[in-house]
Amino acid sequence: MPTFVRTDKCDGCKGQDKTACMYICPHDLMMLDKDGSATGHAMKAYNQEPEQCWECYSCVKICPQQAIEARHYADVVPLGGSVQPLRGTDSIMWTIKFRNGTLKRFKFPIRTTPEGSIDPFGGKPEAKMENITKVGFFNQENGYRAGNPAELIRK
Amino acid sequence: MAGEFGKPEVVEEEVDILLIGGGMACCGAAYEVMRWAEAAKKENGVDLKIKLVDKAAMDRSGAVAQGLSAINTYIGSEQDPADYARMVSNDLMGITRDDLAYDLGRHVDESVHLFEEWGLPIWKTDENGERHDGSKGLPSLKDGGKPVRSGKWQIMINGESYKWIVAEAAKKALGMDRIQERIFIVKLVNDKNDPSRVAGAVGFSTRDHKVVVYKFKACLLAAGGCVNLFRPRSVGEGQGRAWYPVWNAGSTYAMAAEAGAELTMMENRFVPARFKDGYGPVGAWFLLFKAKAVNALGEVYMDRNKDMLNDYPPYGLAAVPASCLRNHLMLKEMKEGRGPIYMDTVTALAKLKETLSPREVKHLEAEAWEDFLDMCIGQCGIWVGENIEPEKKNSELMPTEPYLLGSHSGCCGIWVSGPEDLGAPTAEEHADAGKIPGHLPSGWSWGYRSMTTVKGLFTAGDGVGASGHKFSSGSHAEGRMCAKSMVKYCLDNKDWKPELDTDVATLVDQIYQPVKTFLEFKDYSTAIDVNPNYITPKMLQFRLQKIMDEYVAGVATYYTTNGHMLAVAEEKLNMLKEDAMKMRAKDLHELLRAWENYHRIITAEAHMKHIQFREESRYPGFYYRMDKNFVDEENWKCFVNSIYDKTTHKWTVFKRKHVDLVDKSKLFKPAAH
Repeated sequence: MPTFVRTDKCDGCKGQDKTACMYICPHDLMMLDKDGSATGHAMKAYNQEPEQCWECYSCVKICPQQAIEARHYADVVPLGGSVQPLRGTDSIMWTIKFRNGTLKRFKFPIRTTPEGSIDPFGGKPEAKMENITKVGFFNQENGYRAGNPAELIRK
Repeated sequence: MAGEFGKPEVVEEEVDILLIGGGMACCGAAYEVMRWAEAAKKENGVDLKIKLVDKAAMDRSGAVAQGLSAINTYIGSEQDPADYARMVSNDLMGITRDDLAYDLGRHVDESVHLFEEWGLPIWKTDENGERHDGSKGLPSLKDGGKPVRSGKWQIMINGESYKWIVAEAAKKALGMDRIQERIFIVKLVNDKNDPSRVAGAVGFSTRDHKVVVYKFKACLLAAGGCVNLFRPRSVGEGQGRAWYPVWNAGSTYAMAAEAGAELTMMENRFVPARFKDGYGPVGAWFLLFKAKAVNALGEVYMDRNKDMLNDYPPYGLAAVPASCLRNHLMLKEMKEGRGPIYMDTVTALAKLKETLSPREVKHLEAEAWEDFLDMCIGQCGIWVGENIEPEKKNSELMPTEPYLLGSHSGCCGIWVSGPEDLGAPTAEEHADAGKIPGHLPSGWSWGYRSMTTVKGLFTAGDGVGASGHKFSSGSHAEGRMCAKSMVKYCLDNKDWKPELDTDVATLVDQIYQPVKTFLEFKDYSTAIDVNPNYITPKMLQFRLQKIMDEYVAGVATYYTTNGHMLAVAEEKLNMLKEDAMKMRAKDLHELLRAWENYHRIITAEAHMKHIQFREESRYPGFYYRMDKNFVDEENWKCFVNSIYDKTTHKWTVFKRKHVDLVDKSKLFKPAAH
């Protein structure tokens, strides 16, 4: 179920040492063919092990040139459909094309805060060593469920 | 000096705590650990050195890499952790650790509330009962906002960037100077002076010619479950479309086993019934859209075959029967020729539309698509290729190849120390107690929450066995619990210095053996992949999958095996393990695959040994031992645990007693016969 890289769009992330797709692929599939010896297309990325592709679309979503698409797996799926995202900072747009030409578009939110804005410990208490063997975490976010002690039948 | 292929640079580093993995569990640990490390410095004057290594990039690593459409474990203020522990137990046929499930249940919502604070959109229900996506500014869960429950424990999210968000918090908490990505740890190293302790871990960079050797006091090993140890249903290009992420290679179980950690319930597996070929999630279809699964004749097999549930009291008699039993009823239809099985999406959507406005109908269609687009885009690929619009055409369902995991609807993993305040056993009191190897702890707690039976080795998420149903949120919470206990462990052992039981040169040789093998023999034959001196990782994986599929109850035999078939599997796996020493790696990518597949073999062997030991069929629908095709509550309602000896390559398998800490009878209606 592999992704593929379009020769007309990929710019090899402008000759940087690693491409965005190489950086992100969870399964180490994307490669930059620096000299063209693997694909005949120098300075473009390719999926080196398509049969190991989970089709998680991490590379598709991160590619700054929108050069990566998926051709759904040829041993299972009839040709002609496509599912293509455009991921922004707060939402993702999907363009869905069926084999029979039917077209659908969806837009979904992906986060409610600006990217990079998380302040993990902002406004949070410090940890206290006296609590380290007690239940609960260093901070309480109104989510600790103490439970009814009567439920514990061996206590 | 920079290394070269076959002559790697060796980087040695000593830390106090090493986090191995970058998924939900390690992200949780990364967040929690820093606050406790600050406290250790301030109050105890101990400056803890912490590091995280991930074989991928944290933004998209682990099982949540693609995103999720729901958080499957959110207790809510209206439910009790005991209810959660009961559900976990029944879904896993009665044999889980209530202490672990209960403890997770009381902590997990804390992590969910943080996710929302960090920016994860969580669907809400307004005062009129209408659903809204998570960007509409309704009150947060922490402030009493009402989630959209797709089931008793599940809440719906707009989760495309779930992992991205959780990773951002983890990376900021830890700081990038404490994180190294694209490092694959392949082996733990025990302590030279105390073999019951872990003292280090070794691995390599998948980007540079570099071997890394870490020494530490404590480590969190949370590298996921195991996928592709069985032959998948798709064997061409589609073999990557595993249900669970294809990069989960059993590294957690294999490395822990080789370090001497006690494993538990490795006979357990998960065979999810999912949308065929794309493995799209069924939860929202069943629970939110109220769809029914039917056979080819349109009959609801859960109704048609409901008497079969009575064969497995009490687990079949709960309001929600155990997952394996639902498969059991489906398999009857398939075997008796009433397939294909379908999810009746057409009827479900038509029914919902009866009461909805056109605006709500449009929203409903988007919800159905988002369910796949958030977490299983491949299923949309099937739908567009086959012209399936769910309101017009039903989709096939199919049970998948087996998976090994401890965080979803599975409970294999590592035996860990639990909480002390829930009434868990403190001793072993049963007939077979004498067969438990003497060096292992008695009872369910030995001081540090989530520490394995190897001192200093902690685990979380898929690593923790005999629990299950933690999912993404629970794995994060479990990682946070580990963080606390690892800090405590480091303080209690602050003067202890780790010493590796193997010298660094030997470790480097072992790790790079597949590369050396390749360089030594590559010119023997003209075809690079066909050479009698080595085996490619890919062929080794195919051999493993063939053995597991044909002899250890894969799809080829409709999940059936017996003692004879297991004996054949054992012999074949032994030879496979020997041949793993002859794996070749022609580049760093193949070295990654070589070690992943080695981990798969050890995991597969544990699975086979446990099924062999457990003389019953505890999980009908997941596997059947046809020579012991029954559930034997009297003799086998117990944990099956094991340890592995990395020197002799032998397993020792034994029983531990199961005890209920919460009353399970509340779940069941009386048996019909």
